[in-house]
Amino acid sequence: MGTHSAPEHRRARAASSLPARAGVGFKSVHLADIEASARDIGFFEIHAENYMGAGGTPHAQLMRLRRDWPLSIHGVGLSVGGAEPLDREHLRRVKSLVEQYDPAAFSEHLAWSTQGRRFLNDLLPLPYNATTLAHVVAHVDEIQEALGRPILLENPAAYLLFRSSEYSEIEFLREVVRRTDCRLLLDVTNVYVSATNLAYSAEDYIDAFPMSFVEEIHLAGYAEDVDEIGDPLLIDAHCAPIPDAVWRLYDRALARRGPVATLIEWDNDVPSWPTLSAQATQAEMRLERRRRAVKDRLRSEALHDDLG
Amino acid sequence: MTTSADFDQGAFVRTLLDPELPPPNELETPGGFPPERRLAVYRNNVCVGLVDALAERFPICLQLVGDEFFRAMAQCYVRERLPRTPMLFEYGDEFATFVSDFAPARELPYLPDVARLEYAVGQAYHAADAAPLSLDLIRAVPLDRLESATAALHPSTQVVASAYPIVSIWRRHMSDDEMTPVELDHGEEALVVRPELAIKVAALPAGGSAFVDALRSGGTFGEAVNAATAVAADFKLTDCLRELLLTGAFVALSVAH
Repeated sequence: MGTHSAPEHRRARAASSLPARAGVGFKSVHLADIEASARDIGFFEIHAENYMGAGGTPHAQLMRLRRDWPLSIHGVGLSVGGAEPLDREHLRRVKSLVEQYDPAAFSEHLAWSTQGRRFLNDLLPLPYNATTLAHVVAHVDEIQEALGRPILLENPAAYLLFRSSEYSEIEFLREVVRRTDCRLLLDVTNVYVSATNLAYSAEDYIDAFPMSFVEEIHLAGYAEDVDEIGDPLLIDAHCAPIPDAVWRLYDRALARRGPVATLIEWDNDVPSWPTLSAQATQAEMRLERRRRAVKDRLRSEALHDDLG
Repeated sequence: MTTSADFDQGAFVRTLLDPELPPPNELETPGGFPPERRLAVYRNNVCVGLVDALAERFPICLQLVGDEFFRAMAQCYVRERLPRTPMLFEYGDEFATFVSDFAPARELPYLPDVARLEYAVGQAYHAADAAPLSLDLIRAVPLDRLESATAALHPSTQVVASAYPIVSIWRRHMSDDEMTPVELDHGEEALVVRPELAIKVAALPAGGSAFVDALRSGGTFGEAVNAATAVAADFKLTDCLRELLLTGAFVALSVAH
C-alpha cells in the first residue's frame, strides 16, 4: 500500500473546471424557464444514470444545456463503497457519458448502492476501517483510470455508526485522497444531518475537513423526523429550501475554502424555477461576500507592503 | 487493526428488505438505542424510492388502480425484484408479468397489457435517435417491388398486442377524459414510435404487430403480410402501412433490383 503513487494523467489535470459560482441540479420541467432566464446560473449538475439511454429527450436536453453552461455529472450508481468489485459494464456507461459530454467535473459518493447485482437505489453506509479503505481506494483508482481524470468524492449523510469503524469519516476521506489523488465534494447538508443524527459538532467537522481538496460544495434541504427519545433525526431528502443552520455552516466552510462551485440540490417536491433560482442567488451572494473579503484582505496586505 | 473483517453488505440488504429480521450486530447508535429506527430511514429510502420510480414509469396503471393499491402492489414487486442496474429507466421490465400473477389485480385483466404498453413507451423515450423516412421516398417505391423489399424500423418502434383495448385506455388517460367509458369487448394492437422527441402511440389493425415483428427480424414485406394474415385472416395492409408511415416507423427501405 505504501508504494502506491498516482499515475501522471491524474496530476496533469484538475478534477474540476467548474466556476466558483452557484449552480443547480437540472430538472427537465425547468428547461423552458432556464432557456428564458438562467443566464446567471453558474453551472448545471445532472445524475449520470438518468442519461444512459441511447437517445431521445434526455440527450437532446443535455446537449442544449452543455452548449451554454458548464456541466457537472454526478454518479449515483457506481457503488464506490461496495465490498464487491465495481460493475464494469456500468463503469463503461459512465465513461462513455463522460466522453460524450466532457463535463467540468465528475463526482460520486462515499457509499454503496449495489450488492449481488441488485441495485438498492440508495446511498448506503459503510464502516471506516482498513478493509473498507482498501475497497474504496481500489474503486476510486479504477474509476479515475477509466475516466482519465480525477473524480470528486462526496461525504455521505449518516444515520448509524459501525462497531468496526477504526477511522473517523474525515480521517478516512483524507486517506482516500492521499492514496488516490481524488478530490472532494463537501456536502454541507450531509455534514449537518450526520452531525445531528450522530451527536457530534458540525462546526468541528467543517473546521477539520481537508478543505484544500474540496472542488465543489452541495447544499440541500432535509426532512425532519425524531428518534426514540424525541431528539431530531434528520433525513437527507433534497426536498426543501436550505435551512439557516446549513447556510451558516456553508459560510464557515467558505471562510476556510474560499469561493468554490456550489450546487443547490432539490430533487424531490421539485419547486418552481423562481424558487429554485432564488436559492442559487442566495448562494451566489455568499460567494460574492467571500470574494470581496478576499479582495479586501489582499488590498490591506498591499497596503501593508507599501508601509513596509 | 488491519484485519477488520468485511462488512456483510448482503446481510444489510436482507434486513433492509425484511423488517422482521434483526439488524446486523455491528450497527450502533450514538445514544445506545437499538438501531431499528435509523435502519428504517434506509428501508424507507430504498422502498419508497423504487415504488416512486415504478409510479413514474406506470402512471396509467396507477390511475387505473388508485394510489394506495398501486403502491402496495409496487412494494411487493420491489421486495421480490430489485433493479439489476443503476439505470432506473430500465426498472419494471418484469412488472407486467408480476401484475398478471398478482391475485388482487385479477379484476382488471387488462392491467398487465397496459403495463406492457407503458413499459414500451418508456423504452421508446430513451431509444436511439434516427431520422424517419420521408413519405415521398416511400411513395417512390414501385408497388410491384414492395413484396421483396425489406425495411429498417426506427429504433424506438415497439408493438404490444392485447386482447383488450389498450390503446383506447392509454388515450383516454392521456387526454384526462375519464368520463368516456372504454368498451372492453375488443382487443387492440399498439404501435409505439418516437420518431423525433415526442412519443406516438397508434392502434394497428389486427395482425399488425405480427407484421412489424416480421419486418423487424429482417423479413420482406411479402413475408410480413404472410405473418400478419396467419394471425388475422382479414389483415388490412393499407391501414397498417398508413399507421407505420404516419408515425415515422420506417427509417430505410431496401428494394431489390
